[in-house]
Amino acid sequence: MSGLLEEMTQKALARNIPLSVQLDLTYRCNERCVHCYLDHDDHGEMTTAEIKHLLDEMAEAGVFILTLSGGEIFLRKDLFEILEYARRRLFFCVKLKTNAILIREAEAARLREIGVESIQISIYSHRPEVHDAITLVPGSLKRSLDAVRFLKAQGLRVTLANVLMVQNAQDYRGVRALAEELGVECSLDPTITPMMDGNRSILSLNVDKDELRQVFRDESLVGSVDEFCAISGPADDNTLASLPCSAGHTNCYVSPYGEVFPCVQFPLPTGNVRKQRFIDIWRHSERMNDVRSIRLKDLTTCSSCSHVSGCSRCPGLAYMEGNMRGPSTQDCEKSFARTGVPSANMLAKKRDGISLVQIQSLPAITSATV
Amino acid sequence: MSKLFVARNPRVAARSLDGEMMLMSARDSTLFTLNKTATIIWQSADGNTPLDEIVHTRICAEFEVEPTEALHDAETLARELASHDILQLSEEPIPQTGGSR
Repeated sequence: MSGLLEEMTQKALARNIPLSVQLDLTYRCNERCVHCYLDHDDHGEMTTAEIKHLLDEMAEAGVFILTLSGGEIFLRKDLFEILEYARRRLFFCVKLKTNAILIREAEAARLREIGVESIQISIYSHRPEVHDAITLVPGSLKRSLDAVRFLKAQGLRVTLANVLMVQNAQDYRGVRALAEELGVECSLDPTITPMMDGNRSILSLNVDKDELRQVFRDESLVGSVDEFCAISGPADDNTLASLPCSAGHTNCYVSPYGEVFPCVQFPLPTGNVRKQRFIDIWRHSERMNDVRSIRLKDLTTCSSCSHVSGCSRCPGLAYMEGNMRGPSTQDCEKSFARTGVPSANMLAKKRDGISLVQIQSLPAITSATV
Repeated sequence: MSKLFVARNPRVAARSLDGEMMLMSARDSTLFTLNKTATIIWQSADGNTPLDEIVHTRICAEFEVEPTEALHDAETLARELASHDILQLSEEPIPQTGGSR
């Protein structure tokens, strides 16, 4: 984060202003990615008028960065009307997340004219047979990459967003090389998250610990491996008094149905903009304020963990595991893969496991002795 | 002496955070913040009101500043913002759409 953005974020935090919001315009999609956490049926998306009204309320509340995502945003026939409104009338800094397969030269030119800040495009492999097998749409890699070229030709800022999973574990270097060739940025997310309805079956697509360990030791990704994989020092009082993440503090998420959540990865319902004003949910929702009250020292298990000051713990993943003040096992595994040191949560589970094995094994030993 | 007209670049992102204006350049995503005086100029830059009129009616009326010095400072600021594609400058009125928050 740039120094000035960090300064503005601190000011927004002090004034309880939602500086950044992700708004999903639809959950409908023209791809069927095997790792996706969404249900793609339309359960009653906000209308164009409802979205414009919401954007008015967000601008009034001080939202500056507006990320429009989905589902696939280009399936909304009113997308450009919404973009024009968000940019020309309300001056949001607009970022887009898309698979881009519906972006051709004309759409790219229009996005530039409107002044979209950046476009993040999902690319899972440099090999069509791998990417298309993840999206389940033949020809999708070619179409997405064509779109990247159209957007680049307009001088727009593009990032290839790759998600690491079993199917493409060997391909992240290829995607990075592709990004370099195209002159765009590239990101890699090593976490598959549960579906929003709590279904955890897709977690089996996460890469195993050994592969994750190798990724975390790839200098081309992490820079200095020694620094990246170092164990963080003991947490001091300032660290323990700090916030777990920005969810509900300067950021939040709004679904296509108007539900407001602390973050896209934190499905704790805090209100619906179809029934309440956005700013009232942001300021007065008991659940939002409960999320806001949490400091690292309040985290059960994690506050005493050796990783507490350097962990990527996601409160949303912890919430989906059953306790937003508890550990997120997926992040424990990442900390372990990174440093080789088990987390307090892993040690506690292991202790419980050993204890159970001992109880079960005693009769067997006895019977063997007899 | 010719008039200087100023207009917000419609491709810039902007939001007022408790009276302080945040701007993001569409050219290179650089973030800027404006102080109160600069914010007034940004908000008044409708393409139709000449800069000297903005300074006279909005700046001098609100702050105790000497008009010639205020206009000089405002022109310097406007040219700097124009160099970052934040403002458009012209000796003719500049057609504009939209508003700012």
